[in-house]
Amino acid sequence: MTGDQPLLKLEGLTKAYPGVIANDHVSFEVQPGEVHALLGENGAGKSTLVKMIYGLVRPDAGQMHLNGERFEPHEPRAARALGVAMVFQHFSLFEALNVAENIALGMENPPAQRDLAARITEVSETYGLPLDPARLVGDLSAGERQRVEIIRCLLQDPKLLIMDEPTSVLTPQEVEILFETLRKLSAEGTAILYISHKLEEIRSLCEGATILRLGKVVATCNPREKSARELAELMVGQTLHQPERSRAELGEVMLEVNGLTLPPATPFGTTLHDINLSVRSGEVLGIGGVAGNGQDELLAALSGEVTGTGQAIRMKGQPVGDLGPNERRALGLLAAPEERLGHAAAPDMSLTENALLTGWVREGLSNRGFLNWPKTRQFAERIIAEFDVRTPGPQNAARALSGGNLQKFVIGREILQRPDVLVINQPTWGVDASAAAAIRQALLDLAASGAAVICISQDLDELMEISDNFAALNAGRLTPARPASGLTVDEIGLMMGGAHDMEVAHVDV
Amino acid sequence: MDLSAINWLLLLASLMVASTPILLAAIGELVVEKAGVLNLGVEGMMITGAISGFAIAVETQSPLLGFVAAAIGGAVLALLFGFLTQVLLSNQVATGLALTLFGLGLSSLLGQSYIGIKPPLTGMIDIPFLADLPILGTIFFRHDLMVYISLLIVVAVWFLLKYTRIGLILRAVGENHDAAHALGYKVVRIRLMAIAFGGACAGLGGAYLSLIRVPQWTEGMTAGAGWIALAIVVFASWKPGRVILGAYLFGGVTVLQLNLQAAGLAIPVEYLSMSPYLITILVLVIMSADRSRTALNAPACLGRSFHASS
Repeated sequence: MTGDQPLLKLEGLTKAYPGVIANDHVSFEVQPGEVHALLGENGAGKSTLVKMIYGLVRPDAGQMHLNGERFEPHEPRAARALGVAMVFQHFSLFEALNVAENIALGMENPPAQRDLAARITEVSETYGLPLDPARLVGDLSAGERQRVEIIRCLLQDPKLLIMDEPTSVLTPQEVEILFETLRKLSAEGTAILYISHKLEEIRSLCEGATILRLGKVVATCNPREKSARELAELMVGQTLHQPERSRAELGEVMLEVNGLTLPPATPFGTTLHDINLSVRSGEVLGIGGVAGNGQDELLAALSGEVTGTGQAIRMKGQPVGDLGPNERRALGLLAAPEERLGHAAAPDMSLTENALLTGWVREGLSNRGFLNWPKTRQFAERIIAEFDVRTPGPQNAARALSGGNLQKFVIGREILQRPDVLVINQPTWGVDASAAAAIRQALLDLAASGAAVICISQDLDELMEISDNFAALNAGRLTPARPASGLTVDEIGLMMGGAHDMEVAHVDV
Repeated sequence: MDLSAINWLLLLASLMVASTPILLAAIGELVVEKAGVLNLGVEGMMITGAISGFAIAVETQSPLLGFVAAAIGGAVLALLFGFLTQVLLSNQVATGLALTLFGLGLSSLLGQSYIGIKPPLTGMIDIPFLADLPILGTIFFRHDLMVYISLLIVVAVWFLLKYTRIGLILRAVGENHDAAHALGYKVVRIRLMAIAFGGACAGLGGAYLSLIRVPQWTEGMTAGAGWIALAIVVFASWKPGRVILGAYLFGGVTVLQLNLQAAGLAIPVEYLSMSPYLITILVLVIMSADRSRTALNAPACLGRSFHASS
């Protein structure tokens, strides 16, 4: 049913927030049954655009048409009633509720719980997405949670399904299952608006693409006719340079973890089971795995936020498991957690104060309890200069920086303290491509200068690019490390736990 | 000490009366907290309800109108809290504490001309047949209407939260307000309704004190009942059934210590008066010893301000 009329037509959509134009006269069309990609860097305006289509945000100007009719949803309910459904990037799920309750919340007129459970089972079998309606969402893996969202959408027979970065939390095998489902939906006539910055995925899945940069449409193309590099450069608007590594000889073992087992601190946290790893001077150890498999817990155990691990963690042969973060910093073990605002940096404190918070031990920023502000300010200014942090100055609050700039600051702060071991979680999450390349280069340079780097990330391309050895976290267990060069995507997927315990789709296309 | 001086039947019967104010306040606060709002102003709303109910009952000579006025008074004060925290996004803890202080002050101002007055009597309801049962009749079936209404409210809240869509939405808002907003639910509106309900229940609890339990008006007569109600919600791990248990446990200890005082137990009275509070603290400590289980039941967004970012 590819009629003459587009399913969704956007004309001149504009939305401005104070100080920034999120969308500037955006126009494009989606045909029925088309899988259309919306490409762009963070901050390019993709999320604002789909929020307007889903009725969460109202445009300042411009028009939308759905099936040729004027489409002005003023709330998500109205959009859903007209057949627009959305799977969110950060899941819109309720952990303490069960699957059926979560799905009922996303429907206008849900049937009684028992009938709903039967329908969930039926739809999930049809699309090869098995799910138990009675399970608590808090106990599900990220892949299964996404299924809950997708089934919630499918139960409403959508004509347009919006997916915001759906694969960022999935293993390669789970991505394959998802793509099978999406292709089946598309064959049935459901159009899919697919937001991502993973270019290879888009090239394999999508028939059309609209590329946004700084809120404007810069290109519309068929992604299969372009190379990933061409698409990337359209997104960034400049040529990209790949990080280079100058190989250093691997030296002595700097950090060693033997049989680390740790119960979680929160009810939905992950237990670490018998973690073994070692990282040598000059080495980058990449740790992959889907979010929620113990990344945060491992970082906390290594950084010293969680103590009492005694002999299990050794730095240059000396046990550090009972030392707190500052004592570990003094020994040269530094860490940068994933959550920038609130964990790596205090949002309402200035950059100078934030520089002090982790830097005072190694940079000598305090003297008998008195703070040396001039020296701290110099340290903050040095971070800003060397890591190209775009900010008016070190007196600015951390909250005022964009995600990418704050990330550069947080990582620069640790690197400039000349760590012997740096543990870092999601170094380039939500950071635009050129800043990400700069951060990766800095990590490689740090390793080349003789430090050991442990990089925990969910971005496999990133890990393949910078790591010497690769290990994967899966349900709190760490696989043995393997040399990163020569690993195939399938092997990595299996190390990450494959498609978990979920069967491969029985899709009848 | 003469334990035989204690009439155990009457003690059990008065247990229900002693527990009703905190039961009402606690079930209201449970709904508020299930919606993700921490309103520490229960004490203030209770005492405001106590004086509004008392004043209207005295002026109209109708206890029923008094209770209606108490619910309205509590709800109005709660909506003030709701406006400050949900619309103006003020800090819930600080605002709740301020609400308590404000309620205490406001009630003494309103109550100045009502000190020493007797309110109209609320009739007892002897449930036919059941009230004549030996033992059980005295304990359970010879109370005033509010005792039964308070139990009905608890059952209704339990049913609503567990089996209805409204309850599901309320729990969803308390669990993850961002997700609820993304799905198109009106987080602020739902929370305001929950806050108003909580205020009305606290008001009823306060009026029960001034109109039935005591019955007269004295300044600060709630004497910490609102704080106990807050503690009982945690003790109950946000489950309506356990709120009854918690409230009756506290009421039981209160009544028992009064009876023991009367029976002339040979320890200072102050220790006995302290005992209900000490036992509450003790029970709370035991309950929260298993931290992960308490955290599992607590609404995940409890006490966090919601601000729609889009």
